[in-house]
Amino acid sequence: MKRYSAFAIAREAVRFHSGWERAWRSPTPKKKYKVIIVGAGGHGLATAYYLGKNHGITDVAIIEKGWLGGGNTGRNTTIIRSNYLQDPSAAIYEKARSLYETMSQDLNYNVMFSPRGVLMLAQTHHEVRGYQRTAYANALQGVKTEFIGPERVKEICPIMNIDGPRYPVLGGLFQARGGTARHDAVAWGYARACSDMGMDIIQQCEVTDVKRAGGQVTGVSTTKGDIDCEKLCIVVAGNSGHVAGLAGFRLPIESVALQALVSEPIKPCMDIVVMANTVHGYLSQSDKGEMVIGGGTDGYNNYTQRGSFQHVEETVRALVETFPMLSRLKMLRQWGGIVDVTGDRSPILSKTPLGNCFINCGWGTGGFKAIPGSGWAMAELVAKGHSPLTAEFGLDRFKEGRFIDESVAAGVAH
Amino acid sequence: MLILECPYCGIHAEETELHAGGQAHIKRETVGADDAAFEAYLFTRANPRGVHLERWRHVNGCGKWFHAARSTTTLEVFGTYPAQTLTPPDDIRAAITAKHPDWSFEGWQGAT
Repeated sequence: MKRYSAFAIAREAVRFHSGWERAWRSPTPKKKYKVIIVGAGGHGLATAYYLGKNHGITDVAIIEKGWLGGGNTGRNTTIIRSNYLQDPSAAIYEKARSLYETMSQDLNYNVMFSPRGVLMLAQTHHEVRGYQRTAYANALQGVKTEFIGPERVKEICPIMNIDGPRYPVLGGLFQARGGTARHDAVAWGYARACSDMGMDIIQQCEVTDVKRAGGQVTGVSTTKGDIDCEKLCIVVAGNSGHVAGLAGFRLPIESVALQALVSEPIKPCMDIVVMANTVHGYLSQSDKGEMVIGGGTDGYNNYTQRGSFQHVEETVRALVETFPMLSRLKMLRQWGGIVDVTGDRSPILSKTPLGNCFINCGWGTGGFKAIPGSGWAMAELVAKGHSPLTAEFGLDRFKEGRFIDESVAAGVAH
Repeated sequence: MLILECPYCGIHAEETELHAGGQAHIKRETVGADDAAFEAYLFTRANPRGVHLERWRHVNGCGKWFHAARSTTTLEVFGTYPAQTLTPPDDIRAAITAKHPDWSFEGWQGAT
């Protein structure tokens, strides 16, 4: 792999850009791999990358039904933060956030991580108390956040109307080192690094069956033929229930649509990320100038990657009160992704009833921020059979009642 | 927008008039059930890519709960029926199997 650098740009400029090589190979699958990862989204690719980098396992295939990073990795609003309430969540999300800080250098690929600050608005007294509690919890967890008053909110984000009348801003939970990153670049950067380590990324290859013998997985059947493996790792987000069904077990997960939309590009007006959970909306401005708006989920199961229109309307209607300038913007695009939601709104990184099969799912509405931490932890779980970061996120927590209850503290309305 | 017919008042209600209530026909465990049965009752949900049976409430209407048969991949609605039943009625099954000949209630993930 040729490194990307300022020198490379200069070199290619003088030879008419004839020397750029493909970022990753598109090989035909081999008959057998040590590890097969189903799903080439951010989490799957990150798992593969850290399997190679941290554990020296490079005989890996990453199988993708569609195209690389074309699911929720390419559909989210790119927010990165780690201000969670519960200790296991804070540990894995803060690991992820800290890995984002050096990801561009690590991958030699510009993921445009922008730690511009994430502000979660408190617009009811209940939220004020909730976020003060989270700020105290974060202090104990070593995650730097602070609770700030309405004047400071107005200072950080001048376009905001903090006076209400329906939803006055009473304060906010501010994480200065939270921010955004280029979501496609995260998938592409990991894919390039994985391919460079000799891993095979096989796109447009759907898993149609999981072959089993004696309580173990022996391989998968795909649209490109049968492939054997020693270990299988399922990382398919919204389709987790379906693929788990192929493997013969069920999950405490339901798949629902989550929507987002962007406005026409405008001049820079907002240099932080704002999340307003009372009104189910979150907002940031992309580098292109578009206002990126995320909404709430639908209440019913859905696999169509499109959601109900009234959720878009509700989100925008509520945000317009807090951000009056949005009322004059035209919206350019609106889309949906299928998110896999668990009962306690925390993910599942776990062994399964099949001995050599692992699953990483349930990230629900907030998976992008966790990509590097999730990959780091999952790689350790697959390689060693245990990981301190995944210990609390097992499937058995539902049977045993050890929930990691983020349903109140998590970022968006579910 | 999703439109379901309320089987009680006969109104074709838009989604904003309704409240989604999750999977239908859940077997509700009680005293004497083991941990696995309770886990299945409380957390394990049918999440099919295809035909699904769901509970809905006509919340901004008659206020009653009913069931709907719907596809999660096409958003097609096969029909709605009153909630006072443990299994879907024959006309609903027929409407589903007309489009999905291989489907059966017994093979549906929620029918455990």
